[in-house]
Amino acid sequence: MIPPAFEYHAPGSIDDAVALLSQYGDEAKILAGGHSLLPMMKLRFAEPEHLVDINNIDSLKGISEENGTIVIGAMTSENELIASSLLQEKCPLLPEAARQIADPQVRNRGTIGGDIAHGDPGNDHPALMLALDARFTLVGANGSREVAAQDFFLGTFYTALEADEILTEIRIAAQPAGTGASYQKLKRKTGDYATAAAAAVITMAGDTCQSVRISLTNLGATALRATAAETVLTGQKITEDLINQAAAKAMEICDPSEDLRGDAEYKTQMGGEMTRRAIREAVQRAGGN
Amino acid sequence: MAKTQVSFKLNGQDVDVLVEPRELLIHVLREQLQLTGSHIGCETSHCGACTVDINGKSIKSCTMLAVQAQGAEVMTVEGLAAGGELHPLQQAFMDEHGLQCGFCTPGMLMRGYRFLQENPAPSEEDIRMGMAGNLCRCTGYQNIVKSIQTAAAALQAGAAGQKAE
Ligand SMILES: Cc1cc2nc3c(=O)[nH]c(=O)nc-3n(C[C@H](O)[C@H](O)[C@H](O)COP(=O)(O)OP(=O)(O)OC[C@H]3O[C@@H](n4cnc5c(N)ncnc54)[C@H](O)[C@@H]3O)c2cc1C
Ligand code: FES
Ligand code: FES
Repeated sequence: MIPPAFEYHAPGSIDDAVALLSQYGDEAKILAGGHSLLPMMKLRFAEPEHLVDINNIDSLKGISEENGTIVIGAMTSENELIASSLLQEKCPLLPEAARQIADPQVRNRGTIGGDIAHGDPGNDHPALMLALDARFTLVGANGSREVAAQDFFLGTFYTALEADEILTEIRIAAQPAGTGASYQKLKRKTGDYATAAAAAVITMAGDTCQSVRISLTNLGATALRATAAETVLTGQKITEDLINQAAAKAMEICDPSEDLRGDAEYKTQMGGEMTRRAIREAVQRAGGN
Repeated sequence: MAKTQVSFKLNGQDVDVLVEPRELLIHVLREQLQLTGSHIGCETSHCGACTVDINGKSIKSCTMLAVQAQGAEVMTVEGLAAGGELHPLQQAFMDEHGLQCGFCTPGMLMRGYRFLQENPAPSEEDIRMGMAGNLCRCTGYQNIVKSIQTAAAALQAGAAGQKAE
C-alpha cells in the first residue's frame, strides 16, 4: 500500500508553512506524525496534491508554563506528553490518557496537535481538551486567533481550522486546588481506539462538587461534552445515586455508530459505565472521599 | 513524479537514495537498499514487523515517508550483530525460543533493543507495555517476554563487567 503521488514540502518555520498552505489551499494537507493521515492516503480516503511536513518546525514542539497556563506545542508527541514532569505535576490527566493511546512506536510519531486537528471522534485528545477547557492557537495568513476546544469540533473530520491555518499550540489554564481528573477508556485490546471513554475533571470543596466538566470519546459524530451530566453534580454532595443520575444524562447524548466494537446500545451503556468510573476516580483524586 | 535525493546513516554507513515523496521508508529499505530484514506484516501501522530505530526512537517504517529520513540515523535488524557475534538480545531470543516462524522477530528485536535502553531493568508488566506495538501470531508472547528478561540480565551483567574492568 503506497500513498498516491503528491509534492512534498518541508518548511522550517510557521510563516513558510502558512505561505505554502495559502498558496495551495484545499490541495494541501499538513503532515504531522502521519499516523492518521498516511493510513488514510494509503486507502485513498485522502489524496492531497501537496503535503506540508511540519516536523522540521522546532517552535511547534515542547511543553512549558506561562503564568500558570500550560502551553503544549502542537508537534509534541504522545511519548513526550508521557515523559513530561511538568504535566505529571500540573495536568496528570494528559500523560495518563496518552499512555492509553496506540502503542510505543505510534506514540513516538503521533502528535497531540494531529490528534486534535484530525477531527476523528475516535481520537482521545478531543474529549480530554473539552474536559480540560483547553484553548487552541490557530495561525493562518490573516494572523493568529484563539479558539476554545468547546467551539473547535464541528463534525466528523470537520473542525474550526481553515485550509490555510495551522494549530500551533494548546493552552490549558491552571486548575484550582481540590481538582481531580480521570480518563476511563474501554478498549478491546492494547492499541485500539475506544469502544467508549469518558473524561471527568472535578473541583471539590470538602465533599461538595464546586465545578465539573465531563466529556465522551467515540460516542457521537464528535467528542461530546456532557453538560446535563455536569449540572446533576454541580453544587451537590457527590453520592453514588447522583453519579448514576449523571451517567444516565451522559448516556442520553450518546449516538455511537455500530462497528466491530459493538452495537449502539452496548456502546451507550459502556459510555455510562465509563462516566461513572471517571467521576468516582476524579472525586477521589480531588481528595473528596 | 520527480525524485528527491535523500541522505541518511543506515547502520552506521552513509547512504544516498533517490525516492519519490510517496515512497514509504520500509519499501526503500527493502527494495532499494536490499535490507530485507525489516518485514512488512500489515502495512497499516498495527503489527510492528517493520519497526526500525530512527534517531534513537522506535518507529514503524511503514508509516513514515522515506523523504522524512533526510539526515537521520537509521538502524535496522541488520545492524544488531557486531563483529560476527549476535547481539545479546538475539542470543536471548535463540536461547529462550523467542520465535517460531520468525516473521515478527526483526520488529521484536528492534523494539526490544530500544526498549532495554529506555528501561534497562524492566518488570514483566513493563515489558508487555513496552512491546505492545509488536504482534506475534506464533509464540503467545511468553517466550518473547522471557527472551527480553534474559537479555536485560545479560546486558546488565555486561555493563557491570565493563565498569569493573
Ligand atoms: C495503530 C494505531 C492506533 C491508534 N490508536 C489511537 C488511539 O487509541 N487514540 C487516539 O487518539 N489515536 C489513535 N491513533 C491515531 C494517532 O494517535 C494519530 O497519531 C493521531 O490521530 C494523528 O496525529 P498525527 O500527528 O499522526 O497527525 P497526522 O496523521 O499527520 O495528521 C492528521 C490530520 O490532522 C492535520 N494536522 C496535523 N497536525 C496539524 C496542525 N498542527 N495544524 C493543523 N492541522 C494539522 C493533518 O493535515 C491531517 O489531516 C492510532 C493510530 C494508529 C496507527
Ligand atoms: S508493517 Fe508496519 S506495522 Fe505492520
Ligand atoms: S514467531 Fe511467528 S509471528 Fe512471531
